[in-house]
Amino acid sequence: MIKQKVKIAAGLLLLIATSSCVHLKEYQKSRLNDSEMALTNRKVEKNELNFQSYEEAASGANAGKTGGGCGCN
Amino acid sequence: MHTFAQTRTDTGTFAKQPVSLYTPVDHDTTNTGGYSPHALRIDEIDLVSSYYIQNGDHSPVTGGIGTQHVIDFSNGLNLNLVWLNQANNKNTLMLGVGYDHHTSASAGYVALNGGSKTGGTRLYPSIDWTVENSKTGNTFGIGAYYSGEYNYKSKEADVHWSVKTDDKNGEFGVKLQAYLDKVTMILPSEFVVAPSVTTIPPGTTVVTTASGQTVVLSSGGQVISNSKSSLPTSERNTFTAALSYTQQINSRLQISILGDVVGQNGYLGLPFHRVYFNTGKDTIEKLPSSRFKLPIGARMNYFLGDNIILRAYYRYYMDSWGIRSNTASLEIPYKVTPFFSISPFYRYYDQTAARYFAPYEVHSPTDEFYTSNYEYSNFRSGFYGIGFRVAPPTGVFGWQNLHDLEIRYGHYSQTTDLVSDVVSLSLGFK
Repeated sequence: MIKQKVKIAAGLLLLIATSSCVHLKEYQKSRLNDSEMALTNRKVEKNELNFQSYEEAASGANAGKTGGGCGCN
Repeated sequence: MHTFAQTRTDTGTFAKQPVSLYTPVDHDTTNTGGYSPHALRIDEIDLVSSYYIQNGDHSPVTGGIGTQHVIDFSNGLNLNLVWLNQANNKNTLMLGVGYDHHTSASAGYVALNGGSKTGGTRLYPSIDWTVENSKTGNTFGIGAYYSGEYNYKSKEADVHWSVKTDDKNGEFGVKLQAYLDKVTMILPSEFVVAPSVTTIPPGTTVVTTASGQTVVLSSGGQVISNSKSSLPTSERNTFTAALSYTQQINSRLQISILGDVVGQNGYLGLPFHRVYFNTGKDTIEKLPSSRFKLPIGARMNYFLGDNIILRAYYRYYMDSWGIRSNTASLEIPYKVTPFFSISPFYRYYDQTAARYFAPYEVHSPTDEFYTSNYEYSNFRSGFYGIGFRVAPPTGVFGWQNLHDLEIRYGHYSQTTDLVSDVVSLSLGFK
């Protein structure tokens, strides 16, 4: 039940966010261009993501690798 | 009031004199030489190292019981080369190499007496070429990757492209990947067929092991010849289509929606993972030869005020083995100065069990598929820690070439009692 609510909340948030897009000029993007705002994994996270993919069954949808490497331990 | 936004360095601008490895022949005779924006130059060198230590008591090598102690030291080096072609499109060539060394206590128990090799190394080079259209910002690229360790080889090839929206505030991306892997069939010692011995006159002995290795011995026991070991291998193929859409919502908020479609086929278990049946007898784990995965995720980054950023991520995952999973994480970088940030983070994860999982001595010999690998069990996990990032314009510690440094520590724990700690260091050189 809680999970369902979280999913609905996330969906609503996404809907609100995407429905209120504004056209941005380049000079309005100083915060968005901040290195901490990048919509990617941090370089320093690379090996953490590998370990998680070896110890957990779920993977993907995080721009990480989805195959390769045994993780045989 | 200071705004602590630090604009990313635009790798497409050439304010600094580049380190040029190669300068193409200049056909323009009016050019008196000097700086050429078309020259191949080193844009960035990244070094990432991690030290990882893990403990647990549910190793699949010993059928879901036994030590999971692992120590892993990983190192990765990436070199980014850029140049402009005749149409002023930016080309980026990324060359990478990674090297890991690990010791795994459970690997010793591939042999029943615990005498197998516990250490291993992995080497994984990669290459990627991407070209970006200077007018539209659209990109196209291809890449390849190889990973080799003593019992597992993986080859990957990919093609990727991205298309920006007309207003440049949105971007759609696609990456198609194929992994062609080979699993070396190293079996637990009790399943290895005893070597056959044949004596051939006059006095020589030929020993053929279960792995196909042939050793010819003289009558005095000296090795005359020793053929290379040729353990059989099984194939595992993974095909992925990764889709993404990124949208800048306003001057403080941007989101991305991510979805992968993953198909796997071939040998999807590991040959040295034991399963103990409820009869007390053991065997090797057996899993279906195909798996379909569907992870869907979203990221949302929000610049709150002048020096706090919220980095949020959520993923829902489902697969054809019956696993359902949720992942949610939140990281809150706090900019102490525009060039120094502290980032505490927390990641929550849960999953349901695969329909083929059961603990030690629970499976029945009549089951079609069976595994006691706790990776496929029902559990929750938490991962928390803190990161530090320094990126001053004058270089870290005043060293101009070292443009950023990140250190990150995390503690991970599962409800299966698996715990681990990881500390990572990333250095970026220009």
